[in-house]
Amino acid sequence: MINTSEILQTIQMIDQQHLDIRTITMGISLLDCAHTDPQAACTRIYDKICKKAERLVSVGEEIEREFGIPIVNKRVSVTPISLVAAASDTNDYVPFAETLDKAAKTCGINFIGGFSALVQKGFTQSDRKLITAIPQALATTDFVCSSVNVGSTKAGINMDAVAEMGRVIKETSLLTADRAGFGCAKLVVFCNAVEDNPFMAGAFHGVGEGDCVINVGISGPGVVHHALQEVKGQPFDVVAETIKKTAFRITRMGQLVAREASSRLDVPFGIVDLSLAPTPAIGDSVARILEEMGLDVCGTHGTTAALALLNDAVKKGGVMASSHVGGLSGAFIPLSEDEGMIAAAASGALTLDKLEAMTCVCSVGLDMIAVPGDTTAETLAAIIADEAAIGMVNFKTTAVRLIPAPGKVVGDVVEFGGLLGTAPIIPVHPYSSAAFIHRGGRIPAPMHSLKN
Amino acid sequence: MRTIVTVIGKDQVGIIASVCSQLSEQNVNVLDITQTILGEYFTMIMLVDTSECTLPFADLATLLEESGKLRALSIHMQREDIFNAMHRI
Repeated sequence: MINTSEILQTIQMIDQQHLDIRTITMGISLLDCAHTDPQAACTRIYDKICKKAERLVSVGEEIEREFGIPIVNKRVSVTPISLVAAASDTNDYVPFAETLDKAAKTCGINFIGGFSALVQKGFTQSDRKLITAIPQALATTDFVCSSVNVGSTKAGINMDAVAEMGRVIKETSLLTADRAGFGCAKLVVFCNAVEDNPFMAGAFHGVGEGDCVINVGISGPGVVHHALQEVKGQPFDVVAETIKKTAFRITRMGQLVAREASSRLDVPFGIVDLSLAPTPAIGDSVARILEEMGLDVCGTHGTTAALALLNDAVKKGGVMASSHVGGLSGAFIPLSEDEGMIAAAASGALTLDKLEAMTCVCSVGLDMIAVPGDTTAETLAAIIADEAAIGMVNFKTTAVRLIPAPGKVVGDVVEFGGLLGTAPIIPVHPYSSAAFIHRGGRIPAPMHSLKN
Repeated sequence: MRTIVTVIGKDQVGIIASVCSQLSEQNVNVLDITQTILGEYFTMIMLVDTSECTLPFADLATLLEESGKLRALSIHMQREDIFNAMHRI
């Protein structure tokens, strides 16, 4: 029998250190739902999602109860809708988003991702229609998440798409102005998007995936923070070892849940995503882990190094614990969703420039950051371009999820509620990047993409 | 199904008796018990077999949890697999 202290340690992790499974995400291919009649396509999409994900929530709850581990979200990701809807004879893609929303509500899931387009090298007609529909789609639906991939290490950066996404973010925020631009919290702009990401808002089911798959995202910043409190003042070698051991345990639990869900739902297991995903709850913060390493406040000098160590140690610990690791796998730094980051940004210690530097060494990018409502579409696009460049050159996924909160200025605070948290408005540079963005065209792929 | 029942709380008369009688009422077999008292706090860990249990797992877990609350005890019931996964390679 497992010994007492090990059992109590697990229970303490769950009860007091916020250990949970962040999400079980079912990826569903909708490629077989394409139809020239958009209504017929929507019916097929609705039926397929409802059939495949019918038991997702109940099975998730069963596992939660039996293992005593909370599974916070049950979600679905689907094939990028720009591919599925391409065959349909319509210019209006909003009904596709409404269909996804309806299916999400029928299945009782939290979010559905995949109102997406992959335009790293160029647009199809369908991609353009989808991107045009994003603001309306996010304003009229509750659970639909959208993502657009604008760059990759192999293809370079599609600067026309970057410019377009600046405008789309702006328009989305204005259409959801009554909710402080909430629509933008469901919209991610990627470089090097991955096909098996279980986390929202950026999840979609890639075309290289099977018909249906179960991916699991773990969590556990609170557990790592607690473990580091036991090694105060010790060298970084000890810090790294401690994080690795903790990540191993957390991931083993994720792997167990993933296997169990996969066998009960009779759907193949895809991957476990080794990401430390914070929540706004006290004691569940990535920023507090960095501070525990000896920083006064997250955002000060040393933050990037601390985050690099954390991100690497989490992967090293987790990789042996799971048979298939994938998704984004790294520490997340979503500003509004992390209690320590919120505090650091509100005090002015954590700035947009420092956050950008931090995204060079972790997953995923400038995430859930609220900026002043009068930020121009060109400035938003330039921020996206910077972030995409980091992803492209470093062969990693980067993303931008910015909320230009209508009518808000630096110093204001925006409440999104729940896991999306609270966002202090942080400043952007006042100097214009408009002429840079108006050039358009493509930034060529970097030299080291030519590996063949 | 091998399951771990954990009972934590302030020591008082009859904890083991009440948990065991509830388990036996639902046809749950107790395989092993360890119990310690740290200061005023009582900690009991039981390994039980729930395969012949008359109630669904979730209902039994809720029943134990609720009855624990009445006596200010925290009672968890979890499948043994989670502990093996986390602490054994």
